[in-house]
Amino acid sequence: MSKDIKIKRGLDIKLVGEAEHIISDAPRSRTYVIKPSDFHLVTPKMLFKEGATIKAGEPLFYAKKDPSIKFVSPVSGILREIKRGAKRVIVSIVIEADGRDTTVEFPMLDVNTADAATIKERILESGLWPFIKQRPYDVIASTKTEPSAIYISGHNSAPLAPDYNFILQGKEAALQAGFTALSKLTSGRIHLGVAQVANSVFSKLSNVEMHTVVGPHPSGNVGTLINKVSPINKGETVWTITPENLAIIGELFITGKFNSERIISVSGSRVKAPKYYRTKIGAEVSTFAYSAGIEGDNVRMISGNILTGNQVSAEGHLGYYHNEFVAIPEGNDYEFFGWNKPVFNKISSSRALTFSWLFPNKKYDLDTNTNGEHRAFVVTGNYEEVFPLDIYPLQLLKACMVQDLDAMEALGMYEVAPEDFALTEFVCVSKQPHQAIIRKGLDLMHEEIG
Amino acid sequence: MGLKEKLHGIKEDFKGKKMAPAFNALHTFLYTPDETTHSGGHVRAVDDLKRTMNTVIMALIPVLIWGIFNTGYQHYSAVDAAQGVIREASLFGNFFTWDNFIMGAWTVLPLVIISYAVGLGVEFIFAVIKGHEVEEGYLVTGMLVPLIVPVDIPLWMLAVAVIFGVVIGKEVFGGTGMNILNPALTIRAFLFFAYPTWMSGDKVWVHGAKAAEGGADAISGETILGAYAQNSSVVYDFSDKFFGFIPGSIGETSTFLIILGGLFLMFTKIASWRIILSAIVGAAVMGLIFNGVVDQGWIGEGNTFYGLMSTPFWEHLVIGGIAFGIVYMATDPVSGSQTNTGKYWYGFLIGFFSIMIRVFNPAFPEGVFLAILLMNVFAPTIDHYVVQANVKKRMKRLKLKTA
Repeated sequence: MSKDIKIKRGLDIKLVGEAEHIISDAPRSRTYVIKPSDFHLVTPKMLFKEGATIKAGEPLFYAKKDPSIKFVSPVSGILREIKRGAKRVIVSIVIEADGRDTTVEFPMLDVNTADAATIKERILESGLWPFIKQRPYDVIASTKTEPSAIYISGHNSAPLAPDYNFILQGKEAALQAGFTALSKLTSGRIHLGVAQVANSVFSKLSNVEMHTVVGPHPSGNVGTLINKVSPINKGETVWTITPENLAIIGELFITGKFNSERIISVSGSRVKAPKYYRTKIGAEVSTFAYSAGIEGDNVRMISGNILTGNQVSAEGHLGYYHNEFVAIPEGNDYEFFGWNKPVFNKISSSRALTFSWLFPNKKYDLDTNTNGEHRAFVVTGNYEEVFPLDIYPLQLLKACMVQDLDAMEALGMYEVAPEDFALTEFVCVSKQPHQAIIRKGLDLMHEEIG
Repeated sequence: MGLKEKLHGIKEDFKGKKMAPAFNALHTFLYTPDETTHSGGHVRAVDDLKRTMNTVIMALIPVLIWGIFNTGYQHYSAVDAAQGVIREASLFGNFFTWDNFIMGAWTVLPLVIISYAVGLGVEFIFAVIKGHEVEEGYLVTGMLVPLIVPVDIPLWMLAVAVIFGVVIGKEVFGGTGMNILNPALTIRAFLFFAYPTWMSGDKVWVHGAKAAEGGADAISGETILGAYAQNSSVVYDFSDKFFGFIPGSIGETSTFLIILGGLFLMFTKIASWRIILSAIVGAAVMGLIFNGVVDQGWIGEGNTFYGLMSTPFWEHLVIGGIAFGIVYMATDPVSGSQTNTGKYWYGFLIGFFSIMIRVFNPAFPEGVFLAILLMNVFAPTIDHYVVQANVKKRMKRLKLKTA
């Protein structure tokens, strides 16, 4: 029953340090942190003061614009600190875990018989709503609009990405409950993109339209799936959610509890023993990073994917949406004649004395050097080679930079998220910050139109 | 303390100061900077603008070297010819000789040096005034300019033209990446219209011809296009034209080396194969149309256009600057079409108009540079319609949904 989507334009970035298929328990983290900046455009309103005792699954704050969207604590313990930045913006909320994991409990709910209103209400009050994102704008889904469809990518084609078939093993029932629950919240269908149907955790699911997406990255991006199935039109809203978060929603209905457990991949060339760890949302990075071992000190640590994640320190914490941790060497060094000598150890999309085209299967050890300075857009045609959406990437980026809302709308801004531009950013000869440009453009549209 | 650390120290000293871009421009030539990713993806591909530009320059070096030898060769063979000695071109016999090289280098290298010194000087000044980094756009322009001018052009003329081309052709639009016209061609167009006697005719293509004009030892240096336009016979055979033992602008003569350069640029994915291919097709189509007109007998031998119209279409691609223009200048990504579909149209029309202008404008038989400039102006229009097709598709989808 699956439909095939074939992607030709794209680029598989093959890196060393892929996680081995072993799951270890990460040492328990002492503190857990929720950063409101993970929830784009959400202004938090705190429900507790510092020093309060919190249960796991208990709301910590709600969104100022929509009080029904609550954000909950991943663990039980004491709300130790509310860190504030400039203009008293809440930067992070620190919870000191008590290790007892007392969890807020909801009555179990049979998703097959429950109606849409009950399901929606349960997701909202349990604080799991933030897992559901919407397009346009790539923000937490609005509670007021009904999505025309829901898209989920069960195939992560990004470099060093965790293998869904591995981390979701044994979660089939939870996934099914999640799919059934969400299918009631839309008049349309739930579309699921997978690399292959056979032997995957998704193979036995019902209530879902299955698509096989074949090709290089970004074949696993949900934006690619949407664009190939049914591109978003003006005025339409679709929801997206990642499979691991869908499983968490499913588990809520089955067990009545918010399970904040995350199986994360710890990978990258600077990780001594790259493998998977069982930890919790918001856990301290050092717990799993130092357990796997980090080589050297000049290391970039990333919470999330190497193409889209955030830089963290060892004392930092895992992002709310993230299920991977990557450590790669920092590239803060000069390279003698780096711009004209032949290059064998870095990836290139051209063949200008760069030889990565000769070794399509070689795995590279890339560092964070930009390999050049920021310039105006000059080269054309290279973004299109890695950009499978039916959109003109260069023209859309330029429309964002000059804040031309009409052009942004006409060129397909409603269909994209920053992550769709991760590859064009990677190959950009002018080293322009594509994802930041798109994010700013989306924010502007959200403010002016949305 | 090594050079790397010393330069890093100087860079830190310059930070935030007015002259920082000037120092950084020189520093980044020696070392790619220590800059790391700060937003979005944490890794980047290795290609940067310097590498891109450098690749084009590498493709131009053989043409430049050939141009140097050819300048000397044409001079000495014209001198011989004036004394009644006819030379037979031979690669190692009388082409790659020390005399040719010295004569050629002495004439060509000053042009290269002036072009780079003046052009980069303007770029540096603008970068310092506007406080941005020096962009690499001029690296290729600076190499193209000496290759598309006649050998004997006075250096001050070149300097004036370069200043005009860089300031009016590029900087007023906002610098590299923002210009509408190809800067190298803007420079040539300026020379062409400001000093026409130095840019065309039969005395400017061979070193010394202009100086010796009217004297007892006058030498001729007519290009093939000039000869065709005069309906006179051409003394060069096909291999002379193809390999480049002919007078002409410094870089345009050797079609063979230009083809090699073009293949290299297409292979490295620096130049768009779409533009090159469709430009060749466009030129061939126009050439075939003219050949057909001649075959029909509509144009008699006495007609002004007969010479160039009856030139076989494939020969049009070999003579004059069309090969050079298509490979090195039509493919400029900034002034050219930016969409893949647009590139086919853009290239085709360049080829098409090149031959048309060449044939119908016998006074100035080189059409390719005017054709490219014309299409530079129309490239945004082509892109507009290509992008609008995508926009319309999106609107149609919306209507279907809401209807």
